[in-house]
Amino acid sequence: MRFEAQALSARRGEDLLFRDISFTLQDGEALVVTGPNGSGKSTLLRVLAGLLPQEEGTVRFADGAEDRPAREACHYLGHRNAMKRELTVEENLSFWAAFMTKEGAAPGMHIDEAAESVGLSGLTHLPFGYLSAGQQRRMAFAKLLVAKRPVWILDEPTAALDVKADAMFAGLCQTHLAEGGMLIAATHQPLGIDNVKALVMKGFEYGE
Amino acid sequence: MMALLLRDLRLSIRAGGGAMIGVLFFMAVVAVIPFGVGPDLNLLSRIGPPILWIGALLASLLGLDRLFQADREDGSLDLMLMQETPLVLTVFVKCLAHWLSHSLPLVIASPLLALFMNMDALSVGATALTLLVGTPAITFIGAAGAAVAVSLPRGGLLVSILVLPLTIPVLIFGAGAAYAATQDPSPFLPPFLYLIALTLIFAVIGPLAAALALRASSD
Amino acid sequence: MTDQSLAITRFSDLANPAKFIALAGKLIPWLAGVTALLFAVGLWLCFTTESDYQQGETVRIMYIHVPAAWLSMMCYTIMAVSAVGTLVWRHPLADVSARVAAPLGAAFTFVALVTGSLWGKPMWGTWWVWDARLTSVFILFLMYLGLIAFNRAMDDPSRAARVSAVMILIGFVNIPIIKFSVDWFNTLHQPASVVRMGGPAIDSEFLRPLLVMAIAFTMLFFTLHMMAMRTEIWRRRVAAMRRIAARSAAAGQEG
Repeated sequence: MRFEAQALSARRGEDLLFRDISFTLQDGEALVVTGPNGSGKSTLLRVLAGLLPQEEGTVRFADGAEDRPAREACHYLGHRNAMKRELTVEENLSFWAAFMTKEGAAPGMHIDEAAESVGLSGLTHLPFGYLSAGQQRRMAFAKLLVAKRPVWILDEPTAALDVKADAMFAGLCQTHLAEGGMLIAATHQPLGIDNVKALVMKGFEYGE
Repeated sequence: MMALLLRDLRLSIRAGGGAMIGVLFFMAVVAVIPFGVGPDLNLLSRIGPPILWIGALLASLLGLDRLFQADREDGSLDLMLMQETPLVLTVFVKCLAHWLSHSLPLVIASPLLALFMNMDALSVGATALTLLVGTPAITFIGAAGAAVAVSLPRGGLLVSILVLPLTIPVLIFGAGAAYAATQDPSPFLPPFLYLIALTLIFAVIGPLAAALALRASSD
Repeated sequence: MTDQSLAITRFSDLANPAKFIALAGKLIPWLAGVTALLFAVGLWLCFTTESDYQQGETVRIMYIHVPAAWLSMMCYTIMAVSAVGTLVWRHPLADVSARVAAPLGAAFTFVALVTGSLWGKPMWGTWWVWDARLTSVFILFLMYLGLIAFNRAMDDPSRAARVSAVMILIGFVNIPIIKFSVDWFNTLHQPASVVRMGGPAIDSEFLRPLLVMAIAFTMLFFTLHMMAMRTEIWRRRVAAMRRIAARSAAAGQEG
């Protein structure tokens, strides 16, 4: 599997946020995007996830010989958790598992197992709105586990987390990479994963 | 897709209570009409079908602005945009769930309200039937409006303004068919068939337009 | 003197939800039994008394209609008293009482409207007329539904309590309008005939089943109201326990 971005540039309104960004990820590789506020990290991730149109350049995902639209291979975890406060955690997770796993594809982790992995087993019967911000964020990670996608695109994944949850999250990412997945994350804090490529966004210039 | 349908239905009956508010609004709108036109039962029974139609139209527009906005606010919409499932299909299923939870109760409540309007049995049946067939068209075309206004902070009123003109044909044929059922010379079937045609057309155009608008408005 | 002090202790006892639940647990079977007994007697009387020479058998609808209509107003009055309790004394059970009374009130109002329609069709030749009494009762029904919708929309009961109390008190204006609409306006609906100056205006043949049914309906209301209050208290406890569960799970993580 290959995830490839070539000569990407994107605008926000009239302003050019970045240009000529290229990188390639293979199985088990991670890319960490860093840079000051407003340098276009979130925009880059949304372009990669296919949520924003790029100005120039291409995003490709190749599985074996054939190309697939990149967005269909990706999990996107943005600033918001994409979970409903009114529904229980289990209803939320089982919905996303059913909605994101296409027919015939390998099913992801079981919901209880996923909750266990994020350290919140036994809370799946609670409405999502009852959880604290950190717990909600961790349950949003569980969403990445219940449906299988090779590429994880994470925007500030550890913002609401304490040190212990940070370690748990790093472990999850390691496992994902070890299974041959890929990971693209924008963050200010070190993720605690070894063997990562770094992309520093500096407004206009960028260096790898 | 079944999962999406069930999820949206669950959400509509959980704490927001969105489905019930539509019916209440419908009842309130119909209940104020006699105060405006006077309690003349003959007059009320004549204008009953159109009144019910206008009430149902306004009530079904009421909840439409939340169709995509709620999902946008918590980020669910992003994930829906990324799926392999065609977005048109996702939108279609969301419309279906919205119709089941918001418009179907209106159809069920309409015979009850028809009694307040002193309508006779034939007229009640015709109105309920036309509402059953016609309200999906309102939901489908409303979805397009909701998708256009999804990124606007105060999109609610705008959705109604955008959609209301588009629903006029539905109103014409719906109320027309309901009216024709009781007036002997005018036939019931032609306007009713037009109504079915409109619903089918909007079932295609609405989700297509909504999907396009959602893709364009993502930011 | 002793009576009064006893009453006050009892009342302050009621302020404690735990004691209320214990009391409700004891009272509900008795209330339910009395209600069932009254309904048995009432219904038997309903069907054994003579029919009216003008209205025929349809007069029996009145034995349901009139008590339901009374209850619809009494229920709102209880809600209004509870609303005052919420706003003035911040009584913890007042909000529970007001909140669970709304669906009951809506149900009784609905029964009153439906039975009235069923009676109106043969008697007046129409299901519905827009006169003052009927319209004001319909508005009462809408107000009940509005309050239910409002309570459902607010997920935090403590925040909803005071706001809905204000709404209930504003809506109370409607109750005197319903009560006196038959006297103030010239309506199709007949004026009050049981509770009025100069004694009841209906024959004791009809009065007896009507009164028994009225008491039966009132007891039914109190039984249901008490059960619903107990359920609501339990529901709030479950919600609180769920919050605690979420928090303690977090604490377990830290430690």
